[in-house]
Amino acid sequence: MTAKANVIGVPRFTEITDLTIPTLSILDAEGKLRKDAYEPLINKATAMKIYQDMAYIRILDERMVAAQRQGRLSFYLTCTGEEASVVGSIAGFKNHDMVMSQYREQAALRYRGFSSEQFMNQLLSNDLDFGKGRQMPIHYGSCELNYMTISSTLATQIPQAAGYAYGQKLSGKDACTICYFGEGAASEGDFHAGLNMAAVSNCPVVFVVRNNGYAISTPTSEQFSGDGIAPRGIGYGISSIRVDGNDILAVYAASVEARKLALEKNAPVIVETMSYRLGAHSTSDDPTNYRSIEEEDVWRKKDPILRMKNWMLDKGWWSDQQDHQLKAQYKKEILDALKSQEKRPSPSISELITDVYKTPPAHLQKQYKDLLSHIDKYPDHYLPNPNKVDHQTALTQFN
Amino acid sequence: MPQINLLQAVNSALDTAMASDPRVICLGEDIGEFGGVFRATSKLQEKYGKQRCFNTPITEQGIVGFSIGLAAQGSVAVAEIQFADYIFPAFDQIVNEAAKFRYRSGDQFSCGGLTIRTPYGGGIAGGLYHSQSPEAYFCHTPGLKVVIPSTAYQAKGLLLASIRDPDPVIFFEPKAIYRAEVGEVPDQDYEIPLGIAEVVTRGTDITLLGWGAQMHQLHRAAKMALEDGIQCEVIDLRTLLPWDLETIVASVNKTGRLIVSHEAPRTGGFAGEIAAAIQEECFLSLESPIIRVTGMDTPFPLVFEKEYLPDYLKVYEAIKQSVNF
Repeated sequence: MTAKANVIGVPRFTEITDLTIPTLSILDAEGKLRKDAYEPLINKATAMKIYQDMAYIRILDERMVAAQRQGRLSFYLTCTGEEASVVGSIAGFKNHDMVMSQYREQAALRYRGFSSEQFMNQLLSNDLDFGKGRQMPIHYGSCELNYMTISSTLATQIPQAAGYAYGQKLSGKDACTICYFGEGAASEGDFHAGLNMAAVSNCPVVFVVRNNGYAISTPTSEQFSGDGIAPRGIGYGISSIRVDGNDILAVYAASVEARKLALEKNAPVIVETMSYRLGAHSTSDDPTNYRSIEEEDVWRKKDPILRMKNWMLDKGWWSDQQDHQLKAQYKKEILDALKSQEKRPSPSISELITDVYKTPPAHLQKQYKDLLSHIDKYPDHYLPNPNKVDHQTALTQFN
Repeated sequence: MPQINLLQAVNSALDTAMASDPRVICLGEDIGEFGGVFRATSKLQEKYGKQRCFNTPITEQGIVGFSIGLAAQGSVAVAEIQFADYIFPAFDQIVNEAAKFRYRSGDQFSCGGLTIRTPYGGGIAGGLYHSQSPEAYFCHTPGLKVVIPSTAYQAKGLLLASIRDPDPVIFFEPKAIYRAEVGEVPDQDYEIPLGIAEVVTRGTDITLLGWGAQMHQLHRAAKMALEDGIQCEVIDLRTLLPWDLETIVASVNKTGRLIVSHEAPRTGGFAGEIAAAIQEECFLSLESPIIRVTGMDTPFPLVFEKEYLPDYLKVYEAIKQSVNF
């Protein structure tokens, strides 16, 4: 929609400062309701689930980083510090809404019901991994939970989310798409293409931008010159809101409204959550090379989980004793799952050539047979895990 | 001469290039103060300042397009794409712009000062998106040069030659051997000319041809074959586009047999181009069919990486197959 022309007679440039994006903030740093803020409608059961899933992910992340250091996983990537941005947003959606995420949103998958065993299956590339051991750890996906399988490539899901939402609109179902990415990914061409198409084609998609301060080592000051990501949405004609990403109630309230808006108007919405990546980019990264402990400490004091806990305690919905019990229980559950799932075998070697196409073409079947004959010549060199050696069965599968 | 690894050799080449020519500018994701995710640009920002070595936003098409503009202006742009798997958003800028810049203007304009460095290849448990070898896509593009070193010495000499070459170059770095590959590398400035293969081991019975990290597999297979009395001539192509047909033809005319090996999938892989050219040139000298030992025609796997890769045992089996044909 083009606004009525506002004609001026002398040159005057519009500056970024002419547009100020407010930040929604409901809980203060101590978890108390801010004076002029409205507490969103949230029932005890939802609040409990949100809190418990945030607590779960914090523990999962800590345990998995430790497991990676012990050599039990090849790689891991935490959501630490951003739990409220992710759980608060997914909680504003319905389970039949599609999630198209980047790679730091395991908390959304947990909220949808992904079990400890399912996390481990993917992280350990075992025979029960839905992705059949093909992708690096943390590249989850679950058709059952409407959670699109993650790709390492940045921002590619943004135009895809627009298209997915357009299809949802045409199907007439009361469903939309929630699409996550970081402020770094918002520099990719796919971000701009995706936002514009979502706006022009009236797609019911909510883009949740986790503005967490860093893209690996690159701070936001070297990622963009403007005022974050939300103003870009305005440029594309998209309703946009910025929230304190460490304030669970702000994220939740904005997300509930964003979903409503997306479906009522059949239009995209942007929610920019302002937070901080408290951990390293991944287990391959060491942030002491590019930022100070003092800077991290400032954000540690703004811990979104602690802030929500204080609010829950005030409400009388939670107690320190429950908190202690829950954390001990999660720790045990996660370590038990790690122990049991790492004993599972790898997927069958026949999965090397499945799913490239719906049916493996002749040339791939030949390459696979050649590989099996080669492995037979050097049985000790390949397939070290005896569980993997089921290739006679595998071979007959394609005969 | 100091012993350094391939990654340090890349760093040394960049340092040498920036010291010798103030027009050289390095740009890419995380390459500034941090020195890149692999540390290839370590200390360059400190030495040459933020204007000549800087972080870019995460946009590969932006990095390459920006670098083409820089090069067209007369600067020497050395762009890093963090992983070769992430080069594809820049495909349009590389294939339609960089490769055709001089041609379409009748040589009024060129972006010859452009070099794109990018780590490629498997063997690091990287799965689909941190393991690919996309060289063949670019070898299918007239106007580009494609260079892949396999040793520290080559890395410095070839990168310096690439940076100073009058045409745009894509320089693929074998990340699996970034640190494992160590050798003597001069401190001073030197170049290894592009377009010329290196005959690394002389032999009479069969020619083994490869590039990058795959050279290690070829050398290992050649050693195994030698125990069987088979003398392999091992050749490192070094530059894939334009490639050194003459050296390969001379070798195959001598040995009568050829194996070409790369990690990339077989169909449409660069080994196919080499095999076609060699059968045109050496038909009457060939004693057995040219064999390709390559990755399979699937995306790059994770748990079956070892089985998927064209390792030395697969090359050794191919040698026996060729010799016993």
